[in-house]
Amino acid sequence: MNATTTEDILSKANTLRWEVGEGFHDTLMESIYTDAARIADVVVARSGDTPAFNWDRALDRALTSRWTGFPMMLLLLAVVFWLTIAGANVPSAMLATLFLDTIHPALKSFAAMTGMPWWLDGFLFDGVYLAAAWVVSVMLPPMAIFFPLFTLLEDFGYLPRVAFNLDSLFRKAGAHGKQALSMSMGYGCNAAGVIATRIIDSPRERLIAIITNNFALCNGRWPTQILIASLFIGAMAPAGLAGLLSASAVVAVALFGIALTFITSWFLSRTVLKGEASSFSLELPPYRPPRILQTLYTSLIDRTIIVLWRAVVFAAPAGAVIWLLANIHIGDLSLAEHTVQWLNPFGLLIGLNGVILLAYIIAIPANEIIIPTILMLTVMSTNLAGIGEGAGVMFELDDSLAYMSVFTAGGWTLLTAVNLMLFSLVHNPCSTTIYTIYKETGSVKWTAVSALLPIVMGLTLCFFVAQIWRLLAGTG
Amino acid sequence: MNQEPTAACEACPAHNKGNLIRLGVNMEGSDFVVALAGNPNTGKSTVFNALTGLHQHTGNWPGKTVTRAEGGFIYNTKRYKVVDLPGTYSLLSTSTDEDVARNFILFGQPDVTVIVVDATRLERNLNLVLQVLEITDRAVVCMNLVDEAKRHGLRVDERLLAKELGVPVVPAAARQGVGIQNLLQAINDVATGVFICKPHRMRAHAPGLERAITQLAGQIEKNFPGLGNARWVALRLLEGDERIGEAVENGELAGLVRQNDGVGTMVEEGNAA
Repeated sequence: MNATTTEDILSKANTLRWEVGEGFHDTLMESIYTDAARIADVVVARSGDTPAFNWDRALDRALTSRWTGFPMMLLLLAVVFWLTIAGANVPSAMLATLFLDTIHPALKSFAAMTGMPWWLDGFLFDGVYLAAAWVVSVMLPPMAIFFPLFTLLEDFGYLPRVAFNLDSLFRKAGAHGKQALSMSMGYGCNAAGVIATRIIDSPRERLIAIITNNFALCNGRWPTQILIASLFIGAMAPAGLAGLLSASAVVAVALFGIALTFITSWFLSRTVLKGEASSFSLELPPYRPPRILQTLYTSLIDRTIIVLWRAVVFAAPAGAVIWLLANIHIGDLSLAEHTVQWLNPFGLLIGLNGVILLAYIIAIPANEIIIPTILMLTVMSTNLAGIGEGAGVMFELDDSLAYMSVFTAGGWTLLTAVNLMLFSLVHNPCSTTIYTIYKETGSVKWTAVSALLPIVMGLTLCFFVAQIWRLLAGTG
Repeated sequence: MNQEPTAACEACPAHNKGNLIRLGVNMEGSDFVVALAGNPNTGKSTVFNALTGLHQHTGNWPGKTVTRAEGGFIYNTKRYKVVDLPGTYSLLSTSTDEDVARNFILFGQPDVTVIVVDATRLERNLNLVLQVLEITDRAVVCMNLVDEAKRHGLRVDERLLAKELGVPVVPAAARQGVGIQNLLQAINDVATGVFICKPHRMRAHAPGLERAITQLAGQIEKNFPGLGNARWVALRLLEGDERIGEAVENGELAGLVRQNDGVGTMVEEGNAA
């Protein structure tokens, strides 16, 4: 290649550009548009009789109107969660019976039969196996209901309408309207949500969308929300309304996450990421009848199984770590007990406890394993008799009463439950998401901001909630 | 009746029905590279899934595909590699997903670019088709969503459209799997050179601009002999397109000169951030 000639081309282009003048880009686009219009005019024939009733328009009038748009959105959200919560209980219990009451004892007796050393048996079957089994039985049913429902809405064409409804709010927050779309993807998985921000052109608004994506509850956190809501909040209502009340509590947390998204976006766009919201055009696609079977298949295979597999892959080593923490002793206390006691004063100050904080450290790779970790650590630190099977064993409890007895023994109150739900919403993203943020932004600084900002916010939030709660309850 | 196919059968296009072997993510040693381009939300990923048997996530919202997805299939004993590109409204704009699409069509050198268009919004979709046809002369238009168009009382004359555009036009309803066989045949015809495209190109620029393009294109052709779209490159340079200027400078453009056989060289997708 001759270097002088390539430079010649560029310099010639520069000279010619001056000669041609500025306006030709517009003329060019115009001629493309004219040609396109001419061709379309020739080849498209329109038959005169359009249907009298236009479904698309009628639906849009209801789903995107100023008055009914938001209530419809809330209603759809509530219905999806209610179906998820109400539908997941029975299959969850069935899976738990299979994995924990049938297979686990079988594995244990197999270990006893073959004369396995106690530590190998404990490490493999009480640590690794139980953690993986727990995650499957707790996560599979809600995901198998939630993902298909969400995918059906997506296939139907509802997501762009959500973006349309939220657009003016995002603009007021100084962020991009398409952030509603990346946020929606975040409800499945924050790492996917972060990648989805590529649809946002402006780097400033894209960073805002990346940093705030964590406030969209990912599927690893839904089970925590659903379980705690049904145990503590659902229990306050009579049996018939319990499901509805727990679903509303989960919707409330999700909505609070959306509010935090707006507040944080607003804050960022007025401080470190200053700038005007850029305009964009978003096509509202026609509603399409969802293909039910195909949706079920793809959302089960692509989303549920993949996400579940990831959870199991992370839960198994975490189970091993917990078992080790609980079985390595320094003095008369295990490593886990040392850490819990050390974290406890701070945890209690912010309305949580040392167990929850340690669980969140162990669960950085995957939010999915929070609840089993908390249960296991609680049982161990309170030395509850008759529950679980010894130090470091992750277990499934038969019914909600058994859960409650563990939580009560751990000194849990309604405040602990509420704050756990809040902290589950507002804390650092999982390690996969953090890595994705680094890959997408290429910046250590913004990755650190994305990881640290929510955890600072979460701790502050829990602190204030705890103080106000105690003030109101008069328990100083 | 179960008869062995005769030589006449082999030559008949209908014989190739069911001749598709989906390879999923296995795309080693492909003979041809096919790019799927088009406006957002026209069903590129659905077409992609139909061709490769993969389950690339599809959804009814514009902007779902932000990265390149790749897969493969065998049709008529030839191995194809398919690349699903993010949807774009134009090839001039500067967002990351549009860059991914444009850079691949230009620097990824696909053997066939399938432009998926929405039959219900043909005019707007044609804007992109015309821009793509400025870059490449091996394209197939997949006119998707014809079922929806029919429901809205629209009828598109695909033969006339093919004549206007100078490339094959295949009506399809990819969600229902309608038209995929014809699409495969059209891809096959363009890839193997059975069908020679005479793509619609923009004419009638202002005299001053025309002169500048001719001058610059002449110089580009001298420097990169065999480059298929020197006039388009000239135009982009005149518009001050930095990415194209860079490609001229670092010799990337030289790599675009089409080799007679073989698969086009692959170029890394644009950096995301």
